[in-house]
Amino acid sequence: MRWTQWTLAALVAGGLAGASVSAQPSPPAPQARFVVVLDAAHGGDDAGGRLNGGQLEKAYTLALSVRLRSLLAARGIQVVTTRESDATVEANKRAEIANHAQARACLSLHASQSGSGIHLFASSLAPAQPTRFAAWKTAQATSVTRSLALAGVLNSALLHAGMSVTLGRTTLPTLDSMTCPAVAVEISPERNTQQEISAGLDDKNYQARVAAALAAALVEWRGEAHQP
Amino acid sequence: MIPRYQKFLFAILLVASLAMGVGLWQLRERAHQRMIAGENSAPTSAPEVAPAEQATLLVANDSDGSLLTQVHSLPLPADPGARARAVLGKLLDLYAAPDAAHAVPGGGSAVTQVFLLPAPEIGAGADAAVKPKSGGSSANPPAAPPQDAQETGPQLAVVNLTGGFAASHPSGIETETLTVLSICGTLHANLPRVTQVRFLVDGLERPTLAGHADLTRTYLTSDAAPSEGTHP
Repeated sequence: MRWTQWTLAALVAGGLAGASVSAQPSPPAPQARFVVVLDAAHGGDDAGGRLNGGQLEKAYTLALSVRLRSLLAARGIQVVTTRESDATVEANKRAEIANHAQARACLSLHASQSGSGIHLFASSLAPAQPTRFAAWKTAQATSVTRSLALAGVLNSALLHAGMSVTLGRTTLPTLDSMTCPAVAVEISPERNTQQEISAGLDDKNYQARVAAALAAALVEWRGEAHQP
Repeated sequence: MIPRYQKFLFAILLVASLAMGVGLWQLRERAHQRMIAGENSAPTSAPEVAPAEQATLLVANDSDGSLLTQVHSLPLPADPGARARAVLGKLLDLYAAPDAAHAVPGGGSAVTQVFLLPAPEIGAGADAAVKPKSGGSSANPPAAPPQDAQETGPQLAVVNLTGGFAASHPSGIETETLTVLSICGTLHANLPRVTQVRFLVDGLERPTLAGHADLTRTYLTSDAAPSEGTHP
C-alpha cells in the first residue's frame, strides 16, 4: 500500500540521517573514573601500636586519612575511605571496600614509633597473570607490578619533599587481598644521623608535609594512569 | 528359691574377683616403686658442652630497614632442631641487648621449639598465604616424600615463639617484617635445607606478630636477602 511505502521511505531516510550524525567526529570520551582508597589501619578494638605521648596508632591513621582525603578532594580526586570513625573494620572488609571501588590506587596508612622516616611497602607476593578467578588471599599478585610502580611514585614525591624513605615488601593480609595497585605507608619519626628524633609523629608540620607529599604523588599517579 | 549350682557359681566368681583385685593392687604398687626408683635426679654423667662453631646471623637494623650478616661463635648442638633453636636464641639475645639496632624484648628464651619437617611442594598449599582451614580435609592427601627426599630434600621449619615475646614485640610493619625475615634468613644461613618457615605462638596459630606481619602464611627463606655483611 502507498502509505506503507512512504513510511518505509521515511524510516530509511531517518536511518541514513542518523548514520550520518553518528559518523561525525564524536566528542572525546570522558576519562575513566580515578578513585583512590585510603585505608586508615586499625580502629575500634584494634588500637594498633602505641606511639609517643600515648597516642594510639588507630587515631593517628584516622587523622592522616581525613587530612589526605581533604587534600585529594581539593584536587578533584574521588576518595573512598575504609573507615571514618573509631570503628572496628576487619581486614577482609577493608579489601572488599577497595575492590568494590575499583580504585586506581590504594594506600594503607600506618604509623610506628620504631624506625625512621617513611616506610613504603608493597606486597611480597610474586607477580602473577590475571585470571578469571583470583584467590582471595593472593588477589594482589596480579597488581604487584603496578603496586611497585605506585611505590616508586610515592618514593619520588616523599624524597622531593625532603623525607627519608625506606622501600620494602611485606605480608599484610589487607594488602594481599586488594586487587588495586596498593602500598602500605608507615609513618615513623624523622631521625638525624645520631638516631635522635628531629620530627616526631605529633609534629603538625611533619604531618602536613607527609600528607602534602602523598597527595602530590597521587596527583602524579593520576596523570600516569590517564596516559594512553 | 535359688538353685544350689547358682549359689556355687556366685561364690566362685566373687572369690575370683577379689583375687584379681588384690593382684592388680600389688602390680600397681610394684610399678609405682619401679617408677620412683627410676627418677633419680642425681647427675650420672657430666653434661656435654657442644663445641663452639661459627653461626651466621641475619641481624635486622631498624634505621635503614636492612638485614646485616654477622658471624658469631657459639656452642651448637648436633641435632638440627636444637641447633636451629640455639641460633635463633642468639639472634633474639642480640635484639634484647640495650643498644640493639632492632630492639625487641624477650631474648633467646622466646623460642620454645623449632620443628624441622619435609617441606611441601611450592604451590601445593605451602606458598603464599594459602593455608588449609581446620576441618577442611583434603580428598587426596599429599603422598609422603620418599626416604631420600626426607634426608636431603628441602625442609619446613616451624618456629614456636612464646606469647610473651609476641605481646611485647613493638608494633609496626617494618619492625615486625624485619623480625620475621631475620629469623627466616638466619635459619636458612645455618640450615641450608630450610627453605620454608612457619610460625606458631604458644603452639597455636596467630594472625599477626604484633598487629601487622601475617603469621598465618608460610614464608620462603629466599625472601630474606641480606644486605651488606659485617663481621663483628
